[in-house]
Amino acid sequence: MAIPISYNFRNMRQRKAATLMTALGIALTVTTAIFIMSLLAGLDAAFRTSGDPQNVLVMRKGSAAELSSGIPHSAAAVLKTLPGVARDAQGQQMASGELVVIVILPRNDGTGDTNVTMRGMTPMGRELRPKIHLVSGRWPADGQREIVVSTSITKRFFNAAVGDDIRFGKNAWKVVGIFDAAGTAHDSEVWADVHQMATEFNREFGVSSVLLHAYDQPSAEALVQTVLADQRTKLDGQLETEYYASQTKSGGFIRVVGIIVAIVMAIGSSFAAMNTMYAAVAYRMREIATLRVLGFSRASILLSFVIESLMLALLGGIVGVVLMLPFDGMSTATSNSVTFSEVAFSLRVTPGVIATALFFSAMMGLIGGLLPAWHAARQNILTALRG
Amino acid sequence: MSETRNIVEVRDVSKVYKRDAFEVTVLEHVTLDILSGEFVALMGPSGSGKTTLLNMIAAIDHPTSGEMRVNGSNVFALDDAEAARWRNENIGYIFQTFNLIPVLTAFENVELPLLLTRLSASERKEHVMTALSMVGLGDRVHHLPKQLSGGQEQRVAIARALVTDPNLLLADEPTGDLDTKSATDVLEILKRLNEESGKTVIMVTHDPHAASYAHVTRHLEKGELLPL
Repeated sequence: MAIPISYNFRNMRQRKAATLMTALGIALTVTTAIFIMSLLAGLDAAFRTSGDPQNVLVMRKGSAAELSSGIPHSAAAVLKTLPGVARDAQGQQMASGELVVIVILPRNDGTGDTNVTMRGMTPMGRELRPKIHLVSGRWPADGQREIVVSTSITKRFFNAAVGDDIRFGKNAWKVVGIFDAAGTAHDSEVWADVHQMATEFNREFGVSSVLLHAYDQPSAEALVQTVLADQRTKLDGQLETEYYASQTKSGGFIRVVGIIVAIVMAIGSSFAAMNTMYAAVAYRMREIATLRVLGFSRASILLSFVIESLMLALLGGIVGVVLMLPFDGMSTATSNSVTFSEVAFSLRVTPGVIATALFFSAMMGLIGGLLPAWHAARQNILTALRG
Repeated sequence: MSETRNIVEVRDVSKVYKRDAFEVTVLEHVTLDILSGEFVALMGPSGSGKTTLLNMIAAIDHPTSGEMRVNGSNVFALDDAEAARWRNENIGYIFQTFNLIPVLTAFENVELPLLLTRLSASERKEHVMTALSMVGLGDRVHHLPKQLSGGQEQRVAIARALVTDPNLLLADEPTGDLDTKSATDVLEILKRLNEESGKTVIMVTHDPHAASYAHVTRHLEKGELLPL
C-alpha cells in the first residue's frame, strides 16, 4: 500500500498560505482557459445550430457570404421551379429570395457603432426557419419600413425595443417585434420585408441569396447538385448547415490568441506549482528519509509527491471552474470575418469545457510536480535524515 | 557460540569517506557478533563511527569493505528497494529526534509501517493499539505529535518501531533529546521489550546511565571497536 493521501492532504492544509497562493495562480490560468474555451464553444454552437439540413442556400459562384452575393430576379425565379423544391400546405414553392445588407447600429454600452446584418425576406423566409419565433410584437408588414430584431440585438443596441425608431438607409425604421433566434447565427440580425428593403437600399435588380427547402435530406443533397449543374443560372448551391459551419472560421483568431495565452499562463502556473512542491520537499526532507527507513520505496515517495502536486493543481482547477460558472450563458459578440458583421453568441461552460479545464490543471500539476517528486525520491537517506 | 544464535555478524567492516584529497576513516576493520536477545550499547565519542555502524546494520549505509549478516540476510547485497522491504520486515528503528510525521496522529504514525504489509484495516488497528499500550500510550491515540511531550513522542516512535513485531530494535541516541525522567521511561520500555518480548536491542548512546541498561557495552574510538 502507498503512503496515504490523507498525509498529502494534511500537509497541504498545514501549509495553507503556500497551497492557497499556488492554487489561486492555477485557478486564474484555468479561468482564462475556460473563458477562451467557452467563447469558442459558444461561437461553434451559434454556427452549428444554424441552418436546416433540408435547406439549400444558393449564392453567386465564388461568394463566401450572402453579403457579397447577388442573384438576378430571373435566376431566382428559375431556382423556385427546380425539381426537388418542396411545396408547403398551401401549395407554394418553399423558396425564399433574400436581401442581405449591413447597417451600422450604435451599441448601448458606449463602445461605439458596429456592423449588423439586416436580412430582407417574405413570410416564406420565416417558414423556412421554424426554430425562430417571435417573443414580442409582430412580424413586419409587407411594404412597410418595419423591422424585427433578435433578443440579443434588443439588449445590446440603442433604440432597439418594440416601438422604437432606428435610423439607417434613407429613413427611420420602426421596431415592431423581437424574435428569439434559438442560439443560431440569426441572433445577430435585423429582419425586414424584402421588397421594402429593395426600394430603400436600391437593390431592385435582384436578391442576395435564395434559400430552397427540400422534402428531405437526400433530396436536399440532390437539389445542391441540380443547382450546380443548371447552365441557365450558373449559381453555387450548398446545404445551409455547411454554409454556417464554414463561418466558424471567424473564431480562428480567438482560438489562436487564446491558445497562446493559455499556454504561456500554464507554463507560469506549472513553475508556481513546481516552486511550491520543491519547498514542500525541502521542508519535509527528514520525513521523507524517515518513511524510507520505515520501508517505503523511492517509487512510493515519488508517487506521493506527484499526487500531492495533482491535488494542488486540481484544487486550483476546481476554484477556476467555480469562478467561471457564473459566466455560463453570458452573451457577447465578435466580428465575423466572413460577413463583416457582428456575431452574437453566449459563453458556454459546457461539461466538455469543464473536463478540459480540469485535465489542463492536472497537467500543470503533473508537469510542476514531477521534478520535485523525483528530487524527493532520489534523496540519500543519510543526507536527508540530517535534515 | 553457535552461528545461528548471532542476529548480527559484522566481519572486517571498514568505511572510508573521500572528500577531495582527504580520506576520512569512519570505521576500521570492525568485527562484531551480537547474540539474539541481547541488549547492546554502542558507546563512543562523537565521530567514533557508532551511528555509521548502526545505520549499516539497518541497511541504510554501505561499507567500503567487509561483510555483514543481519537476521540471516547479507544486507550489503540488497538493492535499494529490497533494503526498504527488508527494513520493514526485520527491524524497528528509533531516532534521537523521534521523527514522527507531524501531520499524522499517534495512531497513524504507528500504523505507517503496517501499510506496507498485507494486514487488513482491522488487523492493523489491533496491532497499533497493542503497540501503543505496550508503551503506555493507549489513551493518546488521536493526538498529533505537537500535542505530546518529548517523552511521549519517543514512546510513539518506539511503538512504531515494534508494531511490525521485528526481532531487532535499533536505537540511535533514543534518550538524547529527553529529560532524565522521560529518558528513564524510554529505557525502561526498551529493557522490558528486551526481557519480556525477547527483542534484541542495539542502542547507540553517549550516556553511561543509558548504557547501564544494556547487558553488553561496546566502545568505539576513531572507527575502531575496542576489545571487551
